[in-house]
Amino acid sequence: MTTDESYIERIGNSRRRRFTKHLLLCLASIVMLYPLLWLVSSSLKPTGIVFKDLSLWPAEWDLSNYAGGWTALQFPFDLYLVNSVVIVVLSILGNLLSCSLAAYAFARLNFRGRKLFFALTLGTMMLPGHVLLVPQYIVFAKLGWLNTYYPLIVPNFLATSAFYIFLMVQFIRSLPRELDEAARIDGAGTFRIFWSVILPLCKPAFATTAIFTFISTWNEFFSPLLYLTEQELYTVPLALRQFIDSEGQSQWGQMFAMSFVSLAPVIGFFIAGQKYLVKGIATTGLK
Amino acid sequence: MTLAPVEDLAVSGAPVSPRKAAKPPQDRSGYLFILPWFLGMAFTIIPFFASLYLAFTDYNLLNVPNWIGLENFAEMFSDDTWWQSVKVTFVYTFVSVPLSLAAALGVAMLLNRGVRGLPVYRAIFYLPSLLGGSVALVLLWRYIFGLNGIVNAFLGFFGVEKIGWTSDPDYALTTLIILHIWTFGSPMVIFLAGLKQIPAMYYEAAAIDGATKWQQFRKITLPLLSPIIFFNLIQSLISSFQTFTQGFIFSGGKGGPANSTMFYNLYLYKQGFEQFHMGYASAMAWMLLIIIAAFTGLNFLMAKRWVHYDN
Repeated sequence: MTTDESYIERIGNSRRRRFTKHLLLCLASIVMLYPLLWLVSSSLKPTGIVFKDLSLWPAEWDLSNYAGGWTALQFPFDLYLVNSVVIVVLSILGNLLSCSLAAYAFARLNFRGRKLFFALTLGTMMLPGHVLLVPQYIVFAKLGWLNTYYPLIVPNFLATSAFYIFLMVQFIRSLPRELDEAARIDGAGTFRIFWSVILPLCKPAFATTAIFTFISTWNEFFSPLLYLTEQELYTVPLALRQFIDSEGQSQWGQMFAMSFVSLAPVIGFFIAGQKYLVKGIATTGLK
Repeated sequence: MTLAPVEDLAVSGAPVSPRKAAKPPQDRSGYLFILPWFLGMAFTIIPFFASLYLAFTDYNLLNVPNWIGLENFAEMFSDDTWWQSVKVTFVYTFVSVPLSLAAALGVAMLLNRGVRGLPVYRAIFYLPSLLGGSVALVLLWRYIFGLNGIVNAFLGFFGVEKIGWTSDPDYALTTLIILHIWTFGSPMVIFLAGLKQIPAMYYEAAAIDGATKWQQFRKITLPLLSPIIFFNLIQSLISSFQTFTQGFIFSGGKGGPANSTMFYNLYLYKQGFEQFHMGYASAMAWMLLIIIAAFTGLNFLMAKRWVHYDN
């Protein structure tokens, strides 16, 4: 079936195909990355030439956008960064704690209503958040929680994110039951098994949850917009938005600089946690 | 009711009654573990019904809600801006979801088999989807597509006249659709994982039988990947219907130019939290829920024809 000639031809074909494939992928990569690289390079160019100079490598380096942008808004940018960090850290903590408790119960324990409760959890994944918006806002307002971080943090301690529960349930189900049983024979109670056996093994699921919570909370715009009106409490996305209102040609560079400051932690986390992120997102689609 | 399999009894040896073996012991401590979840659920279910009630009232945050029956819904149908927001959201969804899924599948297939540097490519394609919904990225988009932005400059090389990507009502939504398509990375990662599960020998066997690449795609890839395509489709539809930040930031919170980026949820926000028409906003939210449920249900119905499961 394979004469020498057709063999050589096939090798040539596959080489050519591989070359076209890489060419296509490289072109696509440029399209994907160009806007982000342009953002970084524009933040380093003197504002006057941002739109005149399309090259990615600044001819003239200018760090003044960062210094200027840092103080361009009512409060210095580090205040907004700290605000965001506080909310993000507490949200991660809340999600890890409450979702792992629920996930362990759903995956391992036997109690009346478990299946129904779990189905209910999955059902909420489909529910558009805006349906709950108005009553939740009213409750938070009545509790006097407007202009506090409670509305942004407390729900995370109440396992309201079905996605993370689902992720952890899938993970805990994949752990061998013999481990639990062995611990139980050694006299460990349910909580002890959860704390000393299951939790330490859940690190990959925890890492995925932490990174996803970080990125989504860090980027979250809607809830802070709703619940925070005092500038002092603003998170990074709300602060960035201020640059639209104070729009003027002179501030583009500063806006790009602060935009990059806001994206940098996400990009950093992404590079550090890529393995977990990819695994986490892939499993949600497959199981 | 059900008897335990005989082997189980034989192995355990101990005189376990069949009934007990069939039903593992109840573990009440489970309720303790889901206590936070329970509170959270209350915080979902009660607002769920409260918003259903408010949808039939004229609540404005100050007065006691008055029952006005279907008036909010009737008002919606005669509200031009509401129709506009439905149109914007539908156009946005039905153009960008298929295109971004097609891009995701295409790139996933390019990356699937033996590409050197896969982790690097995957990272590059995935990164934008993590940033796409952020304020910084939408701001960036506004400037890239601005009148003097790089897109117009690039098109200028080919002699295309400047386009008002952000200021012309005919183009503003297109610009946001391009932003959406650009963030195809997260469905792509899911496709990639799904493609990896298809055994290579299926393709080898098909190739020996003389199937073309297109036939292999039609007869092997598509059917075996269909549950994952379905998952991505549902996810993308639901999230696309709920777009908010893109419209808000792009138009400075106004949904302009000429309401061309007035997304459904942006209009809902303006009605509820700028005008304090809380009843109307609740009714709008329920209408969206109905729309999403209808499309999801329709998809599940159609799925019977094209989604194949192994078992």
